[in-house]
Amino acid sequence: MRVAIASGKGGTGKTTVSVNLADLLAQHRPVVLADLDVEEPNSGLFIQAGTVHQEAVHRMVPSWEADQCTFCGVCQEVCQFNALIETGSEVMVFRELCHSCYACSELCPVEALPMTPMKIGDLSHRRTGALDLVQGCLDIGQEQAVPLIARTLDYLGERFSRDTLILCDAPPGTACPMIEAVKDADFVLLVTEPTPFGLHDLKLAVETVRGLGRPCAVVINRHGLGNADVEAYCRQEGIPVAARLPHSREAARCYARGERIHPHVPEVAAQLEMVAEFIQRIEQEGAA
Amino acid sequence: MKEIVVISGKGGTGKTSISASFSLLGGEEVITADCDVDAADLHLLLAPDFAHAEDFHSGLLARIDPARCDECGICAEVCRFDAVHMVDGHHHIRELDCEGCGYCARVCPQRAILLQERRVGQWYRSRLRTGGTMVHARLDIGAENSGKLVAKVKQEAREAAREQGREWILVDGAPGIGCPVMSSLSGADAVVFVTEPTVSGFHDLRRVHDLVRRFDMTTACIVNKADLNPEMTRHVHAFLQEAGIRHLADLPYDEAFTEAMVEGCTVVEKQGSPLARALEESWTRLRTLLETERTGDHP
Amino acid sequence: MKIAFTSQGTTPDALMDPRFGRTAFLLVYDEESGQYEHCDNRQVEGVAHGAAVQTARRLFEMGAQVLVTGNGPGGNAASVLQRSGVQTFIGAGGMTVERAYEAWKSGKLQRFE
Repeated sequence: MRVAIASGKGGTGKTTVSVNLADLLAQHRPVVLADLDVEEPNSGLFIQAGTVHQEAVHRMVPSWEADQCTFCGVCQEVCQFNALIETGSEVMVFRELCHSCYACSELCPVEALPMTPMKIGDLSHRRTGALDLVQGCLDIGQEQAVPLIARTLDYLGERFSRDTLILCDAPPGTACPMIEAVKDADFVLLVTEPTPFGLHDLKLAVETVRGLGRPCAVVINRHGLGNADVEAYCRQEGIPVAARLPHSREAARCYARGERIHPHVPEVAAQLEMVAEFIQRIEQEGAA
Repeated sequence: MKEIVVISGKGGTGKTSISASFSLLGGEEVITADCDVDAADLHLLLAPDFAHAEDFHSGLLARIDPARCDECGICAEVCRFDAVHMVDGHHHIRELDCEGCGYCARVCPQRAILLQERRVGQWYRSRLRTGGTMVHARLDIGAENSGKLVAKVKQEAREAAREQGREWILVDGAPGIGCPVMSSLSGADAVVFVTEPTVSGFHDLRRVHDLVRRFDMTTACIVNKADLNPEMTRHVHAFLQEAGIRHLADLPYDEAFTEAMVEGCTVVEKQGSPLARALEESWTRLRTLLETERTGDHP
Repeated sequence: MKIAFTSQGTTPDALMDPRFGRTAFLLVYDEESGQYEHCDNRQVEGVAHGAAVQTARRLFEMGAQVLVTGNGPGGNAASVLQRSGVQTFIGAGGMTVERAYEAWKSGKLQRFE
């Protein structure tokens, strides 16, 4: 089963919940934590593990072959992304502007623009005990996260069976990287905080997840801070609240030091256990 | 005209609360731009009036005209984004997956595929309670945040500054290191990093700084929640020094930020608090820094 | 010779647009015919990426041998122009197009390489 852990807004504790939950679950059963927040992949900072697999991730972009080209102009005409230009004596390719649609390459009448791989980031798979950590990390200066997220998801599919529990730390927001990470999940956990920012962004996330037809539940982080509007909203919308992680300076300190929280703050550990039970219940319902 | 961008890399560091405070301190002299269009929250603190709203289109979307389509399937063959699906025996393009490359339309033998402009969100021009103008936007759900809407917000903010003869533009930047951040940074004079002394915060500060180095701009930093991890705060300070980033302030871990948020106001409106004072000083220093360091006119 | 200017308007008395990629107009002066011809480039406003490439394409289509602009083009624009054979001159920001032409003619503008 694949559970996406998402949030409309960054900094609500999505990574904290993912890491601590995965660690807790791994005490009893095998679990995979996949970090799909490829622009800022931080799960790995909290977990020491040995490398199982590592690969560079590429996407395909055209490269110009001078001796074939007849300067017919088709390539620059078909490209919607301004990624190619004829300067008179050559065709220049701006690889970072290319969306890998293949149109220029395949419509070139003389095959002067073969597609070649360009590195966009790295994928790593590490393991400690019963916990597998799979992480995508986008190279600085690369602007398109979706192809790397897609490759990371493919890797999960190749490597693990459908009944393995996979927790996916999704990118924040509701734009296409988040959609890519959430659209095929069996269940979505939305992490929020009980503040006006948290509520505003939770509503957008709920709308997105419902639009994708995925079932969801909410985890309230820093409970006790802010106000009760998030609770009221969840009640009104009929969205289950799986747990309420208490607001705690000690938890914030653990996080700051890059430590896992549940071994140090029992109140947080108890709530995470509730999330774990919640997930296991869904898993059983799915299997039944 | 001087443009300051507040960015953080990681979410939840207090970027928006600090941007809102600067906007309030700048008052009507400052044009405020919210470029965090994917999780736009600045309006919750500044209460803009959404006086002017416009749809924003960017990129293309392919659509199959069922009357002309003969179901040959060539579109599905060439599409690299898996956007063409069969629905009730007919070829159909799923909007969420269409990249707008136009390949399908070009090769369709029946010319049955139309390319339309795609609505990706809305942008607004508002008046704030300070009397200042704010330009902000909302990206539609599932839209590609290519940075175009961010570029539009910045362009409208500059336009507003020119019209009103304002000297300062304050930008609440986008998170991450992808296209939206690049667009928020483009053409700016200064960047203020808001970071926190956490393992993730420091990690993301270094990543986003790697990006900023490619631009020519004055750099400054505010360390929020500095007392949460004094040792890490020292590491952050050392990094700032080494990277030539001006250290504006250390702010304490203070629930006043959340309290202000719940009241729908900015923390600097809580008069006399140490947080308010530190932010006022930061704002003054930032302006002085820009007035003395950057005198040339920038594109 | 045809000389292209990045401008804020469509007439020779218009102010130069100091930017290349995002210039509002391209104004081309044909020294032989003494005629100005312009191209509206304002549609690049909605383009976040590749504005310079798009503008360069328009420039090439207009057939100018010389480009006069304000700021030095950056990134993609610079590499396209360097490799295109179009001679680029900078430092004409703030002038009118007419004045920029005179400045170029009398060799007062810096060659961008």
